Amino acid sequence: MNQVSSIPPELVIPSGAEPLLTVEHLTMRFGGLIAIDDVSFAAGKGEITAIIGPNGAGKTTLFNCITGFYTPTVGRLTLRARGETFLLERMDGFRIAQKAHVARTFQNIRLFSEMSVLENLIVAQHNELMKASGYTVTGLFGLGGYRKKEREATDLASYWLDKVGLTRLADINAGNLPYGAQRRLEIARAMCIRPTILCLDEPAAGLNPTESHELNKLLNYIKEEHDIGLLLIEHDMSVVMEISDHVIVLDYGVKISDGTPLYVRSDPNVIRAYLGEEETEELPPEIVEDISKDYDPDSIDSDKGGV
Amino acid sequence: MNENNNRLRGIDITALLKESAIAALVALGLTIVMLGLRTVDTTTGLGITTRWPLVVLAVVSVFVGRLLFALRREWKAAGRPVQRDLKKAEHRAAIIVQRFSTIGGPIFIAFALALPLLPFADRYVVDVATYVLIYVMLGWGLNIVVGLAGLLDLGYVAFYAVGAYSYALFAFYFDLSFWVCLPLAGLCAAGFGVLLGFPVLRLRGDYLAIVTLGFGEIIRVILLNWYSFTNGPDGISGIPRPTFFGLELKRTAAEGEQTFHQFFNLDYSTMHRLIFLYYLILILALFTNFFTLRIRKMPIGRAWEALREDEIACRSLGINPTNTKLTAFALGAMFAGFAGSFFATRQAFISPESFTFIESAVILAIVVLGGMGSQVGVAIAAVLLIGGTELFRGLEEYRMLAFGGLMVAIMVWRPRGLLAHREPTIKLHSGKAPPEEVIKAVTQGGMK
Amino acid sequence: MEYFIQQLINGVTLGSIYGLIAIGYTMVYGIIGMINFAHGDIFMIGAFLSLIAFLVLGIVGITWIPLALLVVLLVSMLIASIYGWTVERLAYRPLRGSFRLAPLISAIGMSIFLQNYVQLLQGARVRPIPPVISGGFTFLEGGVFSITISYLQIVIMLLTIVLMTGFALLISRTSLGRAQRGCEQDRTMSALLGINVDRTISLTFVMGAALAAVAGMLFVLYYGVIDFYIGFLAGIKAFTAAVLGGIGSLPGAMLGGLLIGLIETFWSAYFSIEYKDVAAFAILVLVLIFRPTGLLGKPEIEKV
Repeated sequence: MNQVSSIPPELVIPSGAEPLLTVEHLTMRFGGLIAIDDVSFAAGKGEITAIIGPNGAGKTTLFNCITGFYTPTVGRLTLRARGETFLLERMDGFRIAQKAHVARTFQNIRLFSEMSVLENLIVAQHNELMKASGYTVTGLFGLGGYRKKEREATDLASYWLDKVGLTRLADINAGNLPYGAQRRLEIARAMCIRPTILCLDEPAAGLNPTESHELNKLLNYIKEEHDIGLLLIEHDMSVVMEISDHVIVLDYGVKISDGTPLYVRSDPNVIRAYLGEEETEELPPEIVEDISKDYDPDSIDSDKGGV
Repeated sequence: MNENNNRLRGIDITALLKESAIAALVALGLTIVMLGLRTVDTTTGLGITTRWPLVVLAVVSVFVGRLLFALRREWKAAGRPVQRDLKKAEHRAAIIVQRFSTIGGPIFIAFALALPLLPFADRYVVDVATYVLIYVMLGWGLNIVVGLAGLLDLGYVAFYAVGAYSYALFAFYFDLSFWVCLPLAGLCAAGFGVLLGFPVLRLRGDYLAIVTLGFGEIIRVILLNWYSFTNGPDGISGIPRPTFFGLELKRTAAEGEQTFHQFFNLDYSTMHRLIFLYYLILILALFTNFFTLRIRKMPIGRAWEALREDEIACRSLGINPTNTKLTAFALGAMFAGFAGSFFATRQAFISPESFTFIESAVILAIVVLGGMGSQVGVAIAAVLLIGGTELFRGLEEYRMLAFGGLMVAIMVWRPRGLLAHREPTIKLHSGKAPPEEVIKAVTQGGMK
Repeated sequence: MEYFIQQLINGVTLGSIYGLIAIGYTMVYGIIGMINFAHGDIFMIGAFLSLIAFLVLGIVGITWIPLALLVVLLVSMLIASIYGWTVERLAYRPLRGSFRLAPLISAIGMSIFLQNYVQLLQGARVRPIPPVISGGFTFLEGGVFSITISYLQIVIMLLTIVLMTGFALLISRTSLGRAQRGCEQDRTMSALLGINVDRTISLTFVMGAALAAVAGMLFVLYYGVIDFYIGFLAGIKAFTAAVLGGIGSLPGAMLGGLLIGLIETFWSAYFSIEYKDVAAFAILVLVLIFRPTGLLGKPEIEKV
């Protein structure tokens, strides 16, 4: 209990779950632009942590720091999983996936489109298969149990294909799949690296309501059956409110709220960020005048097609 | 003018004529100086001759060609939508290519194995076939780098040169035999590949192209200028021939040794050596082919193809991009090294002349034309491009012109090459691809 | 010291020519993100056009040098522009949005095609012309070495400065320049704002080709001999210059050109003339390894 009291307030996980990923004082600068400014939070094991915020709030940048595509300017990223501790900010991009098993999906889907659906999932198990093939040397001659390992890899792949409903399409090119199926395949591929944490960048973008609902079920299934943490960037508030256990709100690179979905929804900071402040008072009077002069509801209505 | 006069089945003839006239005008601009005026050497320096008829010919043919092209396009557009037909034709083409790839390979190999025994196989045929097979092997080697890993290597000939020179120099300085030098030459070339690849493979794709191009030139310049070591532009001659399990293919053997024809009780014939060289390169080429087919199904091969498709996704899956590219680069270089040492032993003479950028371009054209990643396609392209130009020797000066034009045309028409059909390296459902209605059902439902 | 200054002058002259070619690479890269491999060959065509134009003027009897220069300049710029436009239209435009390596391979094909096209039409032998502009100023004649700056070198530097200034104004002040910069930033958005993207890209190729043609003319004047192969090496060096200066940056291209010209000249003067091409490539590799964004380039943020 006294351990809990020693945790700084910004790292508290509302449900009291064990922390999986701890982000401390993360700052990311691009030249003069500060994309993320001193953000700290913790994501719990076995929980879905949603990161929300208006466009340009720094959500994807945060993901890129966690998954090693950017090296943070300042800050510490600690991942504790499977009895090991990884300092992610010190690791090379691909090693974060290789060693710490941090998996991710992309906002604009990135599949190997000229390779088959199954191959996409086999490539995800590259490092294990490389070892089994004796770094290609013994594998070339069919020695060293590579075949057995490849069969196991195929089994894992078909397990996930089944979960995302793509078993029948396993042998067609990933690029020929419809949009929603590509999104699901990307999640399946990420799961094939046996992740400790799965980072999803707007997985519901562009899905229709049925697909979106199925996605929620899939994410809940992953959370419950596989005991990993999920980090989720999402715009769709209904998805966030429905499935997440913990919500972090970013605005202009700063964390403005952190708590349960219910808490965040009623946090005045969040409402202000999304709906905007009453700003007219701060504007110079002549601009206020201009705005009120130009505003004519009828003209806007009749002009709808042009917007 | 009445508008109806200018329209034929809904086609605006005036617009087409205008379009063709513009094309003809452009052609006039392109040709009036370059084709119309030719610089010639005269006794007092350069002079000029004119070739106006050719310019007129060029302009008129562009006009007519553009007009026909536009007419065809308009007719198609005026008729029923062609989209469906195209899709169907493409699908049919894919099936043909697929069938061809599966049965074409064995037929090709069987023919290659039997070639020297066929009645028409005289000296010339076997010699040309050997020459073609060198390019088949180089094409297959480069295919690993360009076709599988998607790394555009414009200096492939440098590794070929390293292989050739390392055999020549090992034989010259250390008196090593071909069979010892062959693996050494491969290793040397692979070593150069690692040396060059390590710093530059981190770079973006198009930078890699230009750096490898530069590397190819550096190697050539060094070979040309390091006279004391490589004999410079004079080249190295008297490179030893390979032996058949220790038997020399000569008229007379050295003291205390036997020659090939003595051992097998044959009459001496120079054809023996030619046929031996032919089978040697055939085995080397087939080795390259089987190696590639096999490694495609290894994790490293799949990672190459994945890198070609999307490097960022690969990194997110924990694949080390630099090392993976480096292996492709080094293995590709190794096969060029093998081919190079074969080239040296076949010619018995090498000089930097044989390793210009044009060679790299020809090998690249073979890979591109055949279909990047397609083994059968590369072999066919090598036969067409190298064997074809061998047939039309008189048209030597048009050869590279046609190469260049062909590369552009193929890219515009089929960016992935002529026979670019890819079979998955592993299948969940053995046998045929899923029936079309399944694909259709899934592809149409929930399409965004 | 005199020797050094002499080499400096020679290096700047050579660098001006490289800089003019490098602009074509940098602009095309900036706007469509591809290396236009055929650009060196457009330069070569520009050189041939100038050579032929000089010969024709000689036969016609126009010998007043400023007029002759102007006519040759205009002719070769105009026709090289048509070549630039045609190359883009035939070999690159159909490939926009295609497989990643396709435009690059198409460009290499185009480069091979143009080289052999010129070889076929104009012959494979080197083409010499007598010097058009001769004479110059000589300083410090007393010492072992003297410093000479020829009128030709002055013409080259002046012409380069004038063209660069005009070009910089074109890019920064005109609507064409704005459209071009817009397409560089975001092609889709520019199209949505009513910019004719295809035309802007075509014009970029035309401008690059025109400047390459000027470089071609200067090359003919400076060296007096050309063949169909000059585009290959000059193209690679100019590309190196563009990368060294920071690809996508116009002042960078000019700076890179000057540096490459100086390095090559000094390398030939003080080390070995045989390996001068190796020097340029070595620099290219070193720059790419240690400073991939070049001297004046903006750092590239990877879009994930």
